[in-house]
Amino acid sequence: MKRFAIIAPADSSSAARMLAEPHRAALAGGVDLLDTLKQNLAAPDELVNLKALGGLDRIERAPGGGLRIGPLVKLSQLAAAPDVRARHAALADAANAAATPQIRNLATVAGNLAQRPRCWYFRNPDIVCLKKGGTKCYAVAGLNRYHAILGGGPSFIVHPSNLAPALVAYDATLTILAPDGERQLAIADFFTPPTIDPRRENILTPGRIITAIEVPAPLANAGAAWLEAREKQSFDWPLVSVVAIIALNHAGVVEYARVVMGAVAPIPWRAPAAEKILLGARLDRDLATRAAAAALAGAAPLAHNGYKVPIAKALVRRAILRAANLADEPA
Amino acid sequence: MARRVTLTLGFAGGTREVAVVIPDAEPTPWQWGEKFSVVGVPTPRADGPLKATGRAPYTYDVQLPGMLHGAILRSPYPHARVRGVDLSAARKLDGVRAALDRSGATVRFAGQEVAAVAATSPEIARDALALIRVDYAPMPFVAAMDEAMRPDAALVFERGSNVAAPIVNAVGNVAAGLETAAATHEAVYTTPVQTHVSLETHGAVASWRGDALTVWCSTQGIFGVRDDLAVHFSLPPENVRVITAYLGGGFGSKFGAGHEVIFAAELARMAGAPVKLMLPRADEHLATGNRPSSSQRVRIGAARDGALTAIELVQHGSGGIGGGSGSSGPYLTLYRCANLRTEERNVYLNAGPSSAMRAPGWPQGCFALELAIDELARKLGIDRLELRRRNNPSPVRALEFEIGARAFRWNDRSRAPQSRGPLKRGIGVASAAWHGIGASGPQAQCVALRDGRVQVRIGTQDIGTGTRTIIAMVAAEELGLPLDRVTAEIGDTRYLFSLPSGGSLTAPSTTPAVRQAAAHLKRKLMRLAAPLLGADSDDLIIRGGVISARAAPNRSLTFAELCRRIPGDSLAADGEHVPNYAGYSLTQAGCQFAGVEVDCETGIVRVTDFVAVHDAGVIVDPLTARSQVNGGIIMGVGFALFEERRIDPQLGVMVNPTMDDYKLPGILDTPEIQVFFVEVANGITNTGVLGLGEAVHVAATAAIGCAVADAIGAPVRDLPLTPDRVLAALGQA
Repeated sequence: MKRFAIIAPADSSSAARMLAEPHRAALAGGVDLLDTLKQNLAAPDELVNLKALGGLDRIERAPGGGLRIGPLVKLSQLAAAPDVRARHAALADAANAAATPQIRNLATVAGNLAQRPRCWYFRNPDIVCLKKGGTKCYAVAGLNRYHAILGGGPSFIVHPSNLAPALVAYDATLTILAPDGERQLAIADFFTPPTIDPRRENILTPGRIITAIEVPAPLANAGAAWLEAREKQSFDWPLVSVVAIIALNHAGVVEYARVVMGAVAPIPWRAPAAEKILLGARLDRDLATRAAAAALAGAAPLAHNGYKVPIAKALVRRAILRAANLADEPA
Repeated sequence: MARRVTLTLGFAGGTREVAVVIPDAEPTPWQWGEKFSVVGVPTPRADGPLKATGRAPYTYDVQLPGMLHGAILRSPYPHARVRGVDLSAARKLDGVRAALDRSGATVRFAGQEVAAVAATSPEIARDALALIRVDYAPMPFVAAMDEAMRPDAALVFERGSNVAAPIVNAVGNVAAGLETAAATHEAVYTTPVQTHVSLETHGAVASWRGDALTVWCSTQGIFGVRDDLAVHFSLPPENVRVITAYLGGGFGSKFGAGHEVIFAAELARMAGAPVKLMLPRADEHLATGNRPSSSQRVRIGAARDGALTAIELVQHGSGGIGGGSGSSGPYLTLYRCANLRTEERNVYLNAGPSSAMRAPGWPQGCFALELAIDELARKLGIDRLELRRRNNPSPVRALEFEIGARAFRWNDRSRAPQSRGPLKRGIGVASAAWHGIGASGPQAQCVALRDGRVQVRIGTQDIGTGTRTIIAMVAAEELGLPLDRVTAEIGDTRYLFSLPSGGSLTAPSTTPAVRQAAAHLKRKLMRLAAPLLGADSDDLIIRGGVISARAAPNRSLTFAELCRRIPGDSLAADGEHVPNYAGYSLTQAGCQFAGVEVDCETGIVRVTDFVAVHDAGVIVDPLTARSQVNGGIIMGVGFALFEERRIDPQLGVMVNPTMDDYKLPGILDTPEIQVFFVEVANGITNTGVLGLGEAVHVAATAAIGCAVADAIGAPVRDLPLTPDRVLAALGQA
């Protein structure tokens, strides 16, 4: 691991300017950063300590019932905040399921979005894979039980963030600060699929930092659910996670539907085909099952990860029904 | 000089009188109904507060003046000739004080040692590794057993085949046994390579003074490390001192001086300064041992009444470049069967070497055999527990089955209707066995100090099970003292010899030596007390730290008062473990019941509850014993559900040598565990204590495997029981 210095920016703009230099990296919670330094995935000379910036670690209620979340808010803080629990429970649940209590006390919201994938080829310091400028994604012909079943290629990583699918489902907007100014970005546009650039997972090229995450209020009659399947119950990464937001009218007909999956694709994976099936139809278990099948219709599993397809289907169905507060009883 | 004593031996299921001839020096073995005052009382481990507050000095914590830090460079190739190693750039790095290499060697697994350096900081040492230039000539490799068994496979060693000669055990006639069976079953079961993942990695701190070497080492056998180092450096053993004050786990992987220990000592000698070399986590997975894989073809048959007529195992297993992958133990032990045959073959691979791991071969064998028994029970239409009872050779286990079935509510639960939803519940039971009877060799010294304290000094080490605690308890019991007067001084080769802590050896081997030493010390102390109390020393008794004459109990002396009369500084006596007596029984049984909940749509298994019933002779400390059972079960959960060393077929390297990707059970994965002990007075030593470490782990994975098959109505015959396999068994994936 290369020796580095920690430098403190005076304000957000100077942080963005400092980070425009490629020999620097951003330090927030430092959780994944430390891993990437030890795994030779990054070798910065200087870490720009974003924790020196004030005011970025708050959760505020925005007009209209939305949330404005500072990028340095800790996962534990997000999970426990009454304002988040009240209107954006799926986001709070997603935060609460990540990692361990110790890590959630350090890890930040922006860091969770920007963490690098967990692929064991990518993380191995001895292996130069496609994501590290090599020619080959070793997962294709290798051990790929945890890899992508949707949207894969040329890299088959899965996006590791628990918050990402929840924020996509809630239509969050990110404020991105760069040396040339600030802009707002729909979170769906934050993520970079490997077809565009397999070497990164998002648009945070040097000099860009997240300064705010805004989450609009969901429809008053909408319910949400966050579900995950993971092998271990203590400290594990999901095999599949699903966020569903569903609003029904008085007749039980779906007025609004959002279905987003995590850990199945290189980016958080929205399922518009599932949403289309749901919209305008009376929600029952059968409809949810059909929506789940549609969500996975495009799945293209590798040799060892086909089992994630039925898991994802089950979780999509369950999340839809749970979001609508309907029982998941077979007829 | 020996005497003949008649002992009452046995257990709650029956006792009998057994005549035993014991040497004069020996105290009379503890027998059935023995009245204890310290032994048997649940006692928190002596070093618990030190460990919980981080003050217990592990090898990792040793800091010496001028100490350097070592690091090891490992091969990224699974098979290569090391044509040359250029250390010059590494040596020139500021802070590097010594470097060595294994140029000319052939590396046979990714992670094998190629070079090592010592530097003034761990960071510089790691930087120096990056400067070492190695000229590898990569060679073809084999990473999987089926591949290695092909006739044209690349060879791991320069000899004709990767498959070793079979080891065969046979009694009776299996073919005839299967012929007469009313039901038979045949299937292949597989288990993966599991690594030990001791929380404290392997490593040592080595320090030379002239020709004398002192090594602080994370080892489960200080004398083994001493002897290995003495041979390596051609030193008399007394010139090597090995210290293991506290040990963060071993599980069989920390016997002897491994490469990291030898390298620490070599580098320290080259640099003329102490060297600390503790392995990083990844190295621990790659190179310090593992439980071999297995592929077990089982054929089994039984008569209509359930009596087993044949058991056959044809097994292949791989310990990487190591051997010892056999899993026949449970097949030859757990059930009565007249026609038995096992055939085991080790298959060599370009992968890290196996080493002993908690009941070598047994958890693998138990998993396959017990699943096969369940599959046979279904064909016979006999309750799975009942089938085991009918073939169980052990009267102790018969009682254990009864206790366990009641606590687990086996009958109710096996009749409970399955839920309609995707969550299915299942139960399983498996038999355990081991032979934790100890071995001779250990000697102990008991020392009364003038301030009224007693120290027990013995060259054993506490692998984490509570050795310090039970040694002090045994001595306090014999000396008639409250436990707080007695401490155990262990973990140093300057004390008298003891065996390595493995194979469930420690408690049965050390406690008889400790008790004999305490008995000898008591005799000396009573001789000192006799004139003070005006009585014959044979008439004195000591209870609760007070000495009095049987005839005149009103005249007494406290132990502290007596110790002040010790001439000089202390009074010492030695004791030894004499060869075991025949006693009541040399076998050790046990059984475990597991409950699981399986989500049939996700394939995710949760182990909900366990009942474990075990025997280990006299249970010295029920609290640390229970803790050991918990550990054995939790380790079994890991083997059942999560753990597997995964080697990429393209590169021949382990892809999951991290705590993130190598999945271990955490607290949320830990079931509710109920523990019961069946006390057995066996009279095989003066304490009759047996070891517990292996017996409590043997059956755990098997019980879970049986419970999962019960839950989903189909066996999953391959470990770990991951969602992909569970769904495949359900026809879902």
